[in-house]
Amino acid sequence: MLNTGDILETIQMIEREHLDIRTITMGISLLDCTADSLDTLCTRVYDKITRTTEQLVRTGEDIEKEYGIPIVHKRISVTPISLVAASCRSDNYIPVAQALDRAAKEVGVNFIGGFSALVHKGFTNADRVLLDSIPEALSTTDMVCSSVNVATTKAGINMDAIARMGDIIRRCAYLTRDNNSIACAKLVVFANAAEDNPFMAGAFHGVGEPESVINVGVSGPGVVRSAIANAGDCDLTALAETVKRTAFKITRVGQLVAAEASRRLNVPFGIVDLSLAPTPAIGDSVAHILEEMGLAHTGCHGTTAALALLNDAVKKGGVMASSHVGGLSGAFIPVSEDAGMIDAARGGYLTLEKLEAMTAVCSVGLDMIAIPGDTPADVICAIIADEISIGVVNNKTTAARLIPAFGKKVGDEIEFGGLLGSAPVMPVNTASPARFIARGGRIPAPVHSLRN
Amino acid sequence: MKAIITVVGHDTVGIISRVSAVLAARGVNILDITQSVLGDIFAMVMYVDIGSCTIPFTDLVDENEALGREIGVVIHTMHEDIFNSMHRI
Repeated sequence: MLNTGDILETIQMIEREHLDIRTITMGISLLDCTADSLDTLCTRVYDKITRTTEQLVRTGEDIEKEYGIPIVHKRISVTPISLVAASCRSDNYIPVAQALDRAAKEVGVNFIGGFSALVHKGFTNADRVLLDSIPEALSTTDMVCSSVNVATTKAGINMDAIARMGDIIRRCAYLTRDNNSIACAKLVVFANAAEDNPFMAGAFHGVGEPESVINVGVSGPGVVRSAIANAGDCDLTALAETVKRTAFKITRVGQLVAAEASRRLNVPFGIVDLSLAPTPAIGDSVAHILEEMGLAHTGCHGTTAALALLNDAVKKGGVMASSHVGGLSGAFIPVSEDAGMIDAARGGYLTLEKLEAMTAVCSVGLDMIAIPGDTPADVICAIIADEISIGVVNNKTTAARLIPAFGKKVGDEIEFGGLLGSAPVMPVNTASPARFIARGGRIPAPVHSLRN
Repeated sequence: MKAIITVVGHDTVGIISRVSAVLAARGVNILDITQSVLGDIFAMVMYVDIGSCTIPFTDLVDENEALGREIGVVIHTMHEDIFNSMHRI
């Protein structure tokens, strides 16, 4: 029989340290839904999603109960809509977003990702239509998430795309001004976007993926923090070992749930995403892990080093626990979704510049950061360009999910509620990058992308 | 299929008896039990075979949880694989 101590440890992790499976995300291809007319396309999209994912939520709930492990989200990712809708020759794709939204509500998932375009090298006509549709699509739906991949290490950075994103993000903020500009929380700008990412808002079902697939995202910042606290005043080598051992255990649960969901739904298992994903709940914070390591406040000097250690140890511990690792796989540092990050930002310890440095050593990027509503579009574009450059040069995924909260200024707070949390509006350096952004064009791929 | 049932709470008369009665009524065979009392905290771990359980496993989870509330302890009923996968390589 199993060791009693091990059994009670598992239960403690779940009960007191918020161990959970953050998401089971079912990816489905919509490439067979293409049609000449937008109406036919929307019908096919709705029908395919509701038919294919009918059992997803129920299956997730059954696994949750039988194994005693909370599965917080059940979600869907679909083929980037700019590819699916390209055959329609329509000048707006808002009805497709609304069909996705209806399908998500029908099957009971809480987000559906894939209102997306991959424009790292340039725009197709459909990509242009999709980008134009994003503000209305996100402000007239509840569940739909959108992402735009503007760069890859191989292709370089599409600065024309980045130049458009500033206006799109501001328009999203304006259209949802009565609801804390929430549309911006559902829009991610990526470099090196992962095709199998199970986490929102950036999930989409890549073109290299099978017909359907199950991807699972694990969590567990509270478990890691607790393990570090129990390790006491050990040196950093011992601390890294502690994180590795804990990450292994967390990931094994993710692998178990992924394999079981895959078997029950008869859908291939894709990947486990080894991420420490925080929530605003006390005891579920990545910032508090860094502070447990010995930092007075997240954002102080030493934060980047501590985060680098944490991120690397999580991967090393997790990689042996899962047969396929993918997605974003790293520690997330969303400001509004992490109680410790919120406190550090409120106290002035955590700045936008420090967050940018932190994204060089972890996944995923400048995430859920509220900035003043009057931040000029070209400054937003330049923040994105900086973040995307870090991803391109370091051959990793980076992203920006910025919320220029309409009508808010530094010191105000926006409150989303639930897992999206709340965010203090952070100051931004507003010296103008307008001439640089207006140049447009493509920043060439870095020399180390030439690996063949 | 095997499951682990844990019972933790303040010690009172008849905890084992009440839990075992529910399991017997549902055709669940107890394979092993370890239990200890530290101060007035009672902790028991049962290893059970649910192969002949007469109700769906998820219902058994609910029944045990309700029994726990009734007698003032916390009862978790979980598939053994979550522990195996976490603690065995």
